Amino acid sequence: MKMPAIDNFDNWTPEEIPTGFVCEAGTSNLYITGGWRSMRPVWDQDRCTNCMLCWIACPDSSILVNDATMVGIDYDHCKGCGVCVHECRFGALDLIREDEAEEA
Amino acid sequence: MTEKQAFSATGNQMIAEAMRQVDPDVMAAYPITPQTTIVENYAKYVANGQVHTEFVTVESEHSAMSACVGASAAGARVATATASQGLALMWEELFIAAGMRLPIVMANANRALSAPINIHGDHSDVMGARDTGWIIFFAETAQEAYDNTVISFCVAEDERVLLPVMTTLDGFITSHAMERCVLEDDEMVKSFVGPYEAKYALLNTDDPIGAGMFAMGDCYMKSRLALRNANDGSLPIIEEYGKKWAEACGRPFDLVDAWGTEDADYVVVVLGSAAGNVRHIARELRAEGKKVGVVRPRVYRPFPAEQIVEACKGAKAIAVLDRADSIGAKHAPLAADTLAALYAAGEQIPAKNYVYGLGGNDVTNDCIHRVFDDLEKLAAGTVSDELVYLGI
Repeated sequence: MKMPAIDNFDNWTPEEIPTGFVCEAGTSNLYITGGWRSMRPVWDQDRCTNCMLCWIACPDSSILVNDATMVGIDYDHCKGCGVCVHECRFGALDLIREDEAEEA
Repeated sequence: MTEKQAFSATGNQMIAEAMRQVDPDVMAAYPITPQTTIVENYAKYVANGQVHTEFVTVESEHSAMSACVGASAAGARVATATASQGLALMWEELFIAAGMRLPIVMANANRALSAPINIHGDHSDVMGARDTGWIIFFAETAQEAYDNTVISFCVAEDERVLLPVMTTLDGFITSHAMERCVLEDDEMVKSFVGPYEAKYALLNTDDPIGAGMFAMGDCYMKSRLALRNANDGSLPIIEEYGKKWAEACGRPFDLVDAWGTEDADYVVVVLGSAAGNVRHIARELRAEGKKVGVVRPRVYRPFPAEQIVEACKGAKAIAVLDRADSIGAKHAPLAADTLAALYAAGEQIPAKNYVYGLGGNDVTNDCIHRVFDDLEKLAAGTVSDELVYLGI
């Protein structure tokens, strides 16, 4: 299927919206849900043991992993729920206020 | 046209036959009176290998419609049937089926809703689903239930429509009473409906899609407008297939069946099986020289407003007979729709609304006489236009 251009999404007309609002696969990637976040998990690489507990627990697949090693957090999609911080046994994740993070 | 063998059958049998002839890929259904014999017959066809349908026995109607939505989104041709509390239990999925524009065909044997508990015929169940986006047919007879069901598949699956369709018949009166019926040839029905290919199919891995997407207000509202436009726009397409079917079978199809309305002073608007009772009395009154007419919409959603206004035009008074109520509102559903259509067309005809036959309550000749008597008084201004519960 072919959707109208996604960068013009706000201007799609009712006639242009694909029947039943069917979309191309994978569009959730384009939806930046990180903007909902009020608390931000921050990662301390030195304390991290790559146990992957946070990766298992994250409901938004926002723990970025490459070759069995954690490489960071996907802030475009992390909603700041703090589950990763709760699960971490090694103090490698901390939850801070988003406004404080922005100031820093 | 070859002579077709007439036989006696119930409306439910005829709907099951129509579905057998179309042979959908999936049927997910749960039995409920007075719909049971539709799915019971269909399960026999499956067991006998007469159809290729995957019959999903589900644990409730909520699951039935959920399975239908899933199967239809996967790309299958899907049918089901329900009634009353079952239709009520499907309520949230009805919106999903329509919003996702899935061409599911569902038979409904119209029945009352509890409480008090009652298994008999009225339109309370369907009227609860009238705003969901589904196309809704009302059959007067078993034969018409069959015809409407075949037409339903054509309309639902047409690329210009892509909407779920409810093909309804009155519980017990039409679903269970034996009537003289004719069945069209299997091959003729199959070629009339044609093969089905879904516009989008989740099982088509060559063209992956996302279905059942989230939408914020702006996009949601545009999608809902597209749904309204599709439903509104389906009326001429329903007529197109209806006329084509009528031509193939020799049985008439009109969106609105207007009897004696050309010169009628007094017109009764009524849905479904009770139209026969009303015409019976109307014929007697005509013989006495009274100018009476009967208007029966065969399609209720989309509402054939223009055709109803046309049929009512010139009347001195009209009565709208509803087999369901819209409690708390001034009028029951069919009356509200009819009067809104007349008002919008600038027709200020005195009108009175009757609620009749709830829970299968009898609609006697006396009831219909009372309505026609009232209409003369209504035109003369000697009876109020208050809503009346008829026959109690």
